[in-house]
Formats: sequence, structure tokens, C-alpha cells
Amino acid sequence: MKKYIFKSENFLDFLSSLFVIFVGLLIGFVILLISNSSAAPNAFLTILTFGYTSMRNMGDVLLLATPIILTGLSVAFSFKTGLFNIGASGQFTVGAFLAIYIGINATDIPSGLRIILSILVAAIGGALWGAIPGFLKAYRNVHEVISCIMTNYIAMFLVNYLIITNILDTGRGTSLPVPASSNLPTWGLEHIFRDNLRASHVNIGFFIAIVIAIVLYIVLEKTVFGYELKAGGFNKNAADYAGISGNKNMVLSMMISGSIAGIAGALNYLAGTGLSMSIVDNLSMEGFTGISVAFLGLNHPVGIIFSGIFVSSLFLGGARTQIFGFSVEIVEIVMSVIIYFCSFVFLVKTFLSKNFKKSEKEEVL
Amino acid sequence: MFFFIIQHTMFFMIPLIIVALGGLFSERSGVVNIALEGKMIMGAFVSILFITTFQDRLVGQPILLIGILIAAVTGGLISFFHAYASINLSANQIISGVAINMFAPAFAVYTARLIGNTQNVHFTNQFRIESVPFFGDIPLIGPMFFRNTYITTYIGIAILIISYIVIYKTKFGLRLRACGEHPSAAASVGISVKKMRYIAVILSGILAGIGGLVLIIPITTVFNGSVSGYGFLALAVLIFGGWNPIKILFAAFFFGLMQAISASYSAIDFLRDLEIPAHFYRMAPYIATLIVLAFTSKKTIAPKALGEPYDAGKR
Repeated sequence: MKKYIFKSENFLDFLSSLFVIFVGLLIGFVILLISNSSAAPNAFLTILTFGYTSMRNMGDVLLLATPIILTGLSVAFSFKTGLFNIGASGQFTVGAFLAIYIGINATDIPSGLRIILSILVAAIGGALWGAIPGFLKAYRNVHEVISCIMTNYIAMFLVNYLIITNILDTGRGTSLPVPASSNLPTWGLEHIFRDNLRASHVNIGFFIAIVIAIVLYIVLEKTVFGYELKAGGFNKNAADYAGISGNKNMVLSMMISGSIAGIAGALNYLAGTGLSMSIVDNLSMEGFTGISVAFLGLNHPVGIIFSGIFVSSLFLGGARTQIFGFSVEIVEIVMSVIIYFCSFVFLVKTFLSKNFKKSEKEEVL
Repeated sequence: MFFFIIQHTMFFMIPLIIVALGGLFSERSGVVNIALEGKMIMGAFVSILFITTFQDRLVGQPILLIGILIAAVTGGLISFFHAYASINLSANQIISGVAINMFAPAFAVYTARLIGNTQNVHFTNQFRIESVPFFGDIPLIGPMFFRNTYITTYIGIAILIISYIVIYKTKFGLRLRACGEHPSAAASVGISVKKMRYIAVILSGILAGIGGLVLIIPITTVFNGSVSGYGFLALAVLIFGGWNPIKILFAAFFFGLMQAISASYSAIDFLRDLEIPAHFYRMAPYIATLIVLAFTSKKTIAPKALGEPYDAGKR
């Protein structure tokens, strides 16, 4: 039986994922060593373990993981259907703005209902933003990566403008704070995830992310609709021939992907952490972190939950390395190396499968 | 005021031209290059680090020229990673582009913090040319192109002319275009597709690196590890300009004008009276590019083999 495990595609994927993480961390460690060799080992250990050193930190890891699990799911969903949604950043921004706007302005709606409404509207906003590249790809033959880049920047400038004209906090130069009643409830999680000093801000957003992951899994793997989406992505002509409307499905899958990124934006800013949207000419990083989360999670919903938690623990630990004089950007460097080496995954996989096949042959002989 | 706008348009237009031409070389050879932003940041960061370190010992234009050289080398080096992944490994060209775009700002901020405890790198702008001798005194043209300017403006124009000649009038250019349109046909007449694509991608990094520095020098004296999306704007220039150097010139002028207006419209009465917010001028190029794409992509003016790894076995 053991042999079959080594032969299976999933196991090889898993191994190559581990390999890529290893290379990324190794290069990160080397950079730390070059920067300051005496503090590097401690800093490196902090990056890896800080997220798990207390219940409060673990809560913070789950909190940070929520938006990037969702953007990871968004990117992975588009991958599964043959598209590459690098527009998650813009969809995230649109969703975030809409959620904050409702959270601040719709105060005559009861709290619970208002939160649900915020998330729903964020999902719709993200879906519409994702529909633009989807439509252009399906009916105008425009490559979705290019149109996603354009829609990312349009979203950034548009939302900056809308914040300034609608919900500007003139003192801080960011969006206004969201009232506590518009934030996601914690359902007592703060009693579990805390240390002696303070409780984590972790809230039910993490469960929402998990529910969405499960729903996506069911849709993609267990329904006819999901099968059609995947078929269209795998070979559009064949799908068309089989009577599946490839064009319509392309738009739909970009809309679903966009709606998840929109929800990520809502959950990120309705978390009660006091986080506001700042008015800067930089795209939201969460959309791009989602790409690495999706790759590391092998584009599988369950894998993405774990890779999201892992990546967010790195970010939490990376921020902590300030006490050693480093900055959190080291984690972004590690992430970029990981993404880069994902290009190599194919190579590694062929190498591994060759080697395993060889050993198998020897056994037979 | 008209001259002021034109001068400012040049500040944005020149780097856009240089970087878009970088993208042009790479994409005409068949390699998608969404990493222009990252390469700009790397070029700008390393060369500004150099300028800020040596500005007390070296003065004036020579240090800027050395800076440009350093930006070029840096951009070329980082491009090597993109070339290796997309040519040797036949990997997804988007993915390594995303990686470089993520790496560059993180690296710049990390290194700046390590050196100076802040992500900002300050430098003194000693490169402005008040008026070019003789040319600056020509009426109309003088104030438009030869006053309040930088040596980089003329370097940018030179790069444009040379690129045009290289792409359309040389054997190298013909081969390059062949690799982007039909690599198998190119290979069948003895052209090394691999080699051509390598040269093109590294060339694109060299130009993007230069473009990064050229963008930063006139508009600020603080580099904070970002080129504010101008790499992607250059990509839009490239597409809007239909992968053609001459059209790129006009696209860059239009996009540069939009940037100049958004940066200074509050000082101009008639633009202020229009009451169009600055954000919309900055958005306009991206919207225009989307519209152009929507109406031209069916005809596909893009290089035919763009984004396809070359597989010699598939001939």
C-alpha cells in the first residue's frame, strides 16, 4: 500500500509544496544572517513559532488568516476554472469600502442584520468588479490578467476618491472608524484566545471563511454546475461542444471568485481591530498574498485553510522580529521567493516522480 | 501655465516610454512581462542608494549618469530570474512576474530600514537643468522641451529612436519579432529562440530599471520603496500603443498628460472649474486601456506567441 502513497499525484503535490516552503524560508534565513548574523537565529525562530506561543497569538493568527484564506480561495477558484484572477486586490478593496460604508451609515438597521448586509453587499461589489475581466475575457477575448491589472488600479483610485468624499476621517487621513455594533461578533472567542494581559480580536470571521471553503469544495467537486465550470476551464472548446456554455461560465466563475475576495475585504475591516482603509497609491497586498496561499494550499479548499494559517503566522512572527531590529518585510520577501519557486514545482515533481519510479523498479527486480 | 503642464507631462511621459519599450522588447519576443513594476523599483532603489551615498563626493550630471548605469544593471540582473523561469523552465510567465513585483518593494523597504531605520531614502536633487544652452532660448519649443528639464529626458528620447531602429531596421529586430509571432518558424531557420528571448527579457529589465530612476528623480527627493503603479501604467501604455514604438510615444504622452493634470490641476483655473477630481485623471488611462482592449482584442494586435513557452519538441 505504501507504494501507492508515493505514486499518488496529491502526495507529490504536497511534497513539492513543502519543498517550496523550505526554499523560501532558507532564503529568508540567509537574508537575516546577512543583515545581522547574531540576531538572525532568534529572529528566524520568532518568525516560525511566535504565532503559536500563546492563545492570544493563536487568536491573532486566525484573525490575520481570515482575509488571506478568502483571497486564497478566490484565486484558487479562478485557477480551477482555468482563469487567473490577479484582480483579487481590486475586488477586495471594493468589498472593503462597501462594507465599511454600510457599517458606518446604515446604523438604523439592527446590528446583526447590518453585518449580514455589509458582507452581502461586499460580495456583490466584488462579484461585479470580477465580472468586468470575466466579461471581457469571455466576449471580447481580452486576457484576464491584463484586465485584472487595470481593474485593480481603477478600484484603488475610485475607492480612494469615495473614501475622501464619503467616509473621510479628516484627523487621521483614513476612512472613519466603524462603530462597534457593525463589527463581527466574537461569540466568546475572546475568552479562549487570550493571555494574562489582553484578549485577541479574533471573531467569527474565521468560521465564515471555513464555511465558504466547504461550500466551494462542494460546489466544485460535487455539483454539475462545478463540473461544468471546471470543464470550461480545462478545455473551452470541448465544453462548448458538450453543450456547456463556456462564455457564460467564465463570467460566472470570475463573479464567484470576485465575491469571495469582496467578502475578504469586508471581514478584514469589520474585525473590531480599529483598522481603517488608508488613502495610498498602493494596491491591497491581501489580493497578492492570496496567490501564494492558493499555491501553497495546492488550490484545494482544505489546503488553503492550513496554508492561510501558516502564512499569517509568518506575518505575525515577522512583525515581532522588530524587537531584534528586523522588519516584517522579510516575510514578504519569503513569500515572493515561495511564489517564484512555484514556477519550479513542475520540475521538482517530475524529478520526484522519476526517483520514486526508479526505486519501485528496483524493488521489482 | 501651458509650459508648466508640458514640462510636467514630460516628467511622467519619459519614464513611461522607457519602461513601455522595455515591455515591448520582452513581449515582442513572446515573453509576458507584468514584472515591470518590480524591476522599476529595484532599479530606482539601488541607484538612489548609490546617489545618496556618493552625492557629497560626486556632483552634478556625472553621478546621475552613473546612477542610470547602476539602475540598468540592477534591472537586468533581476530580469534574469524572470528569464530563467519563463524560458528555461517553461514556467507560467505571470507567476514569476508576480513574484518579482512582490519581492522588489519588500526588498527595498527591508534594506532601507536595515541601513537607515526608515523606509525612506532621501537624496538631493542636483540634476535639474534650468535651461539648455542655446536650445532653451528658442521661442515656444525652448520653454516646452529645453527648460526646467533633466538629462534623462533626452536619454529617453534617444532610447525611443534607437529602439525603433533596432526593432524595425535590424536583423536582430526581425528575429526578435519572429520569436514572438511564430517561434517554431524562427527556430526552423536557425534562430535560437531561447537566446533571443533571454536577450529581450534582460533588455526589458535594463530599460525598466532605468525607467524607475528616471521616474523618481524629477518628481521627488524621497524614495519610499514604491513607484506607485507606474510599472503597470507602462504596461497599459504598451498595450494602448499596440506594441508599436511610435504609438507608444503618443500613448505615453496621453497618459503622462493625465498624470501631470492630476498632480497640478488645482493650480490651473480652468481645470479647477471643471471640478473633475484628481483621482479620475489618474484612473482615465486604465479605463481607456480597458476600452481599447475591448474593441481591438478580437483582432489581436498582440504578438501571437505571447505567453507561450517555446517547446522545441512541439514543432
